[in-house]
Amino acid sequence: MSSTTKASRIGEELWKTRVDKVNAELVTLTYGTIVAQLCQDYDGNYPEVNKQLEKMGYNIGMRLIEDFLAKSNVGRCANFRETADMIAKVGFRIFLNIAPTVTNWTSDNNQFSLVFDENPLADFVELPDDGRAQDELWFSNILCGVLRGALEMVQMQVEAHFVSDVLRGDDTTEMRVSLIRYIEDEMPPEEE
Amino acid sequence: MSYYFTILSPTDVPLFNIAFGTSKSGGDGIARFRFPDTAQYMNQFIIHSSLDIVEEAQWMNGNMYLKHIDTYPPASAYISAFLTPSGARFLLLHQPPQLPNTGSATGAGGGGGSSGSILGGSFSASALGSSRASASSIAANPTSPQTEEAVRQFMTEVYENYVKTVMSPFYRQGMEIRSAVFRSRVTAAGRKWL
Repeated sequence: MSSTTKASRIGEELWKTRVDKVNAELVTLTYGTIVAQLCQDYDGNYPEVNKQLEKMGYNIGMRLIEDFLAKSNVGRCANFRETADMIAKVGFRIFLNIAPTVTNWTSDNNQFSLVFDENPLADFVELPDDGRAQDELWFSNILCGVLRGALEMVQMQVEAHFVSDVLRGDDTTEMRVSLIRYIEDEMPPEEE
Repeated sequence: MSYYFTILSPTDVPLFNIAFGTSKSGGDGIARFRFPDTAQYMNQFIIHSSLDIVEEAQWMNGNMYLKHIDTYPPASAYISAFLTPSGARFLLLHQPPQLPNTGSATGAGGGGGSSGSILGGSFSASALGSSRASASSIAANPTSPQTEEAVRQFMTEVYENYVKTVMSPFYRQGMEIRSAVFRSRVTAAGRKWL
């Protein structure tokens, strides 16, 4: 618990002092436009849209981790639980000013859920009522990619996906994150 | 009182419409127009016929809420209008309930059209006697300041929700508003103010 509160404090502090702010509607509308455009470009093929969003997020995450580490100046996390707190309370705080709840750990401490009370990306959004978007589109799927990209750069291979979204009429917005493995530094192939 | 609310695009295309009844003074929120059910197009007809007046009135002052702008006496239908800066028009038709011929003081407010010739009065008459007694209720006085104020509150609330709805990335300008959320919010606003 203390690591959570510590992380929250770091996040709050950084948000107040080190972060440039932009208008929330700029972010919301820009992201919304991207998703709407993708849906149009892929002709309503929502699984493909999810995939593209994830890929975009992956590319963002790979760069964003550098910015995150530079801003936050935090060290290596001792375990995956600490990593989760860092993501939720520091990462999300400084980039989106939200702090999702970390919950539903599996007993082996390799899987957790992020429950979003608010989601600035999805303000104003109503999914298209074509009968499929509600079941197929993960509107905020870019976030999954961001986590995957960012963690990969710090030697963690993870898999992240949304399991529920208030936009679909669910009670909560929940993302499931699973650690697949720690990426060991690989020795260059020996020359023979 | 029965209401018919519609949103028109700047090019007069209907984007949204809804009919509901008053929820004040014991109303059940169900619309009971004076037209038979087969002639509900009359509401749209009357609302659209007031557009000329809206276009005249919109230049009279800088307000978005134009108050009560038009009356159609044969059906005692009153039209209030609200303009958004982007040119969408919110029009609200309100029609006081038809009073039984033994009608009381409330008849003064609903004035013009209390002739019994128009169809559809029969099924509303029974519910009226007791619940619509107050002459100051907004249901009875479509042109009173209280009604103007209530309609203004209603329009403002709908406007706020309209803005949120058109901000949705999947809504394209000029598209019909099919959002169930918006519809329920308008219903809620109607229940709250009218």
